[in-house]
Amino acid sequence: MNSHLNLLQPLLQLPSASLFSSVPQFTNSPTLIVMVGLPARGKTYISKKLTRYLNWIGVSTKAFNVGEYRREATRSYNSYEFFSPDNTEAMEIRKTCVAAALKDVFTYLTRYQGQVAVFDATNTTPERRQVILSFAKDNGYKVFFVESICDDPEIIAENIKQVKLTSPDYTDCDKEEALVDFLKRIECYQQTYIPLDDDTDRNLSYIKIFNVGSRYLVNKVQDHIQSRIVYYLMNIHVTPRSIYLCRHGESELNLLGRIGGDPGLSHRGTKFASALGDYMRDQSISDLKVWTSHMKRTIQTAEFLGVQYEQWKALNEIDAGVCEEMTYEEIQEHFPEEFALRDQDKYRYRYPKGESYEDLVHRLEPVIMELERQENVLVICHQAAMRCLLAYFLNKSDDELPYLKCPLHTVLKLTPIAYGCKVESVFLNIEAVNTHRDRPEKKLKHVVLHAIKAPSEN
Amino acid sequence: MRGCSNRSKQNQGKAVCMTNCPTLIVTVGLPARGKTYISKKLTRYLNWIGVPTREFNVGQYRRDFMKIYKSFEFFRPDNEEGLKIRQQCASAALNDVRQYLAEDGGQVAVFDATNTTRERRETIVQFAEQNGFKVFFVESVCEDPDVIQENIVQVKLCSPDYTNCNTDEAVEDFMQRIKCYENSYETLDEVLDRDLSYIKIIDVGQRYLVNRVLDHIQSRIVYYLMNIHITPRSIYLCRHGESELNVKGRIGGDSGLTTRGKQFAKKLAQFIQTQSIVDLKVWTSQMKRTIQTAEALAVPYEQWKALNEIDAGVCEEMMYEEIQESHPLEFALRDQDKYRYRYPKGESYEDLVQRLEPVIMELERQENVLVICHQAVMRCLLAYFLDKSAEELPYLKCPLHTVLKLTPVAYGCKVESISLNVDAVNTHREKPENVNVHRSAADALQTVPPHL
Repeated sequence: MNSHLNLLQPLLQLPSASLFSSVPQFTNSPTLIVMVGLPARGKTYISKKLTRYLNWIGVSTKAFNVGEYRREATRSYNSYEFFSPDNTEAMEIRKTCVAAALKDVFTYLTRYQGQVAVFDATNTTPERRQVILSFAKDNGYKVFFVESICDDPEIIAENIKQVKLTSPDYTDCDKEEALVDFLKRIECYQQTYIPLDDDTDRNLSYIKIFNVGSRYLVNKVQDHIQSRIVYYLMNIHVTPRSIYLCRHGESELNLLGRIGGDPGLSHRGTKFASALGDYMRDQSISDLKVWTSHMKRTIQTAEFLGVQYEQWKALNEIDAGVCEEMTYEEIQEHFPEEFALRDQDKYRYRYPKGESYEDLVHRLEPVIMELERQENVLVICHQAAMRCLLAYFLNKSDDELPYLKCPLHTVLKLTPIAYGCKVESVFLNIEAVNTHRDRPEKKLKHVVLHAIKAPSEN
Repeated sequence: MRGCSNRSKQNQGKAVCMTNCPTLIVTVGLPARGKTYISKKLTRYLNWIGVPTREFNVGQYRRDFMKIYKSFEFFRPDNEEGLKIRQQCASAALNDVRQYLAEDGGQVAVFDATNTTRERRETIVQFAEQNGFKVFFVESVCEDPDVIQENIVQVKLCSPDYTNCNTDEAVEDFMQRIKCYENSYETLDEVLDRDLSYIKIIDVGQRYLVNRVLDHIQSRIVYYLMNIHITPRSIYLCRHGESELNVKGRIGGDSGLTTRGKQFAKKLAQFIQTQSIVDLKVWTSQMKRTIQTAEALAVPYEQWKALNEIDAGVCEEMMYEEIQESHPLEFALRDQDKYRYRYPKGESYEDLVQRLEPVIMELERQENVLVICHQAVMRCLLAYFLDKSAEELPYLKCPLHTVLKLTPVAYGCKVESISLNVDAVNTHREKPENVNVHRSAADALQTVPPHL
């Protein structure tokens, strides 16, 4: 018990530094991101993706979709006429929904100390935007507008197909009816739409995205977080593609139940590498990029594919510091307190002279950014690294991340669709040890020597 | 540099760029809009992150050719002789660009000239197509007279063109020079130039227009350009106070300060007070010795893991004598290529630079900052600010108990070295003469500084 407290002691003496974070906290005032744009311009797509990215890099973020508030308030959607500018009754309801959403924004940012809120609505008039600006000013929030402008009818049609036809608003309609109604809905907004203006809005902070990213206008970026948001938005795209994630083939140390190190592949590991080559060829992908870490086991795996690959040091496995190359039994024997502390907070726990999952996320951020830029990519990495990447794509929390299942010899094929990601798990039929260690049953409040739950071995 | 460029998707009769084809950055803008400032800074940044980059300033070619600058009349649009010479200079520069990118292993060339007409830009685009280079334009647009004035004061008055003029004459002449370009200036247009890749920087970063970013390197360039500013400020770099392991001649580890180290911390606090710095940010690593140093300042500070000292892997906490004893081969290899050498289970300086890139990016965004870090880390940061090569970087002198105050000025950085007068061991190890793997222990340890 004493040794547990000793571990925390030096950290507790530090003023202003976030107790367990490996990155400086840059946000002081909370930030309110405000979406702007006609329907079917990708506002909700951007809101959700941005929220996912910010949470993953450790900036607590939440999206507030006014459309959802409207669905709550009106129970059932009749037709586009609800959105007609002369429907005064509907106007009142819509204003109330905005107010309700802003109230929840306030609760999130001010009461719960969220750092970023994304206000997802059309916000197509200067009046409505002024309401939000006043609200933000009253509460000391910085405002950053994200406007999506698109006049390409094909993009809009694809958008409607992907996310509108399946919306709760259109559950009882056939596709043709839904499409006609939605296009009329867009028209309702078009009459009163005034985009952010280069001149009158020159003191606002914003980014305008034209035609899904062929052009951007960026005005008055105020701080670090806005700069990161701009960089992220300028790197994402909607071109269809797939990302393949897998681990290296089974390694010699895997067989011995040892963590970390830089071993080569076992015999079964090489069979997997060969099977991976077959699988990828069958996928018939144009222009596939292959990435590995700098460690032997991923490089050896890639070698079997017979194609060019790029090595990223950032994809290296989590550094287990003093526990490198140990079995869990040995860790329990030599570092019982460390072992228990890790189980208490596996995401933030840092191996002595090693890394934490939190450090790993920080290290992997440039990989994610480049994955966003790329199209078809196969990433051959490691268990902890793969968990971090997967958590980003599947929007998993810090709590779930370190326990995501990433078994050996299994490829996860991720294909972005609608607002999320489709996952196909493909086991390539080559046996391997299980290296997954589940969350222990009880969260212990104090250090107690407990039986290790080691993964079962073949 | 990691990312590789994608195949160009523009196939309307243009050359298809293969992956990793070189990039030609082309500046655009009237005189005194910061083109050369941007060119030099961007070149410095790209080289630091490992992308071989060189700038080609057409004005320099003109000076080399003309020897003497008489007056703005040279730049008059109706001066045929002048136009001919300027055209030749641009061609000569482009020729050197071609040599650098196609033959000398360059990855990025920055073509720094006004390039204010569509016609001139079209010539360059064709040149790039013929040679398989990607083109990215960087235009700087600014009409704020104060900014332009300050620009002229900082970098034009001391230009070789105006060595024999007094200030007023020089300013007057330069203003006329700008006018020569104004009539024919065709800014990058949203419609006419919609197929080009470019960033337009408006009013020193108030606003940016970004069009058709094609690949990773262009995306990084845009990110960098959107984070730099020209607000006057200073960056203070120093190491932690002397540590327990320092005095024992041991590298790495996570030890606390010695008594002298603590004295330094106190002196640092006093020094910072006397500097009367507005809104100073203080950054440390996550290692005890920098944190303890910052504590003495009694101001809020932020910890960056990225500022941690280089990881010496299996050699952590060893003395050089012990490294020579247990890893003589590694020791020699390190001396052969100290920048790229990676300690077994540790890091190289090259890794360190990768790790520090977000720190540099944030330093560019910030204003006054004090960075309390470590020897190898400080060398990397200093190399960025002072444009030092990979060869020089691992041997830059960063002694304990000394603060380096960096103040951006003109196209570079002024450095003031301030020793806070508290004794400390010397931890600087010069490159020994003999780096051969079969050298004797004596030869290997020739340059090890004294310790307890």
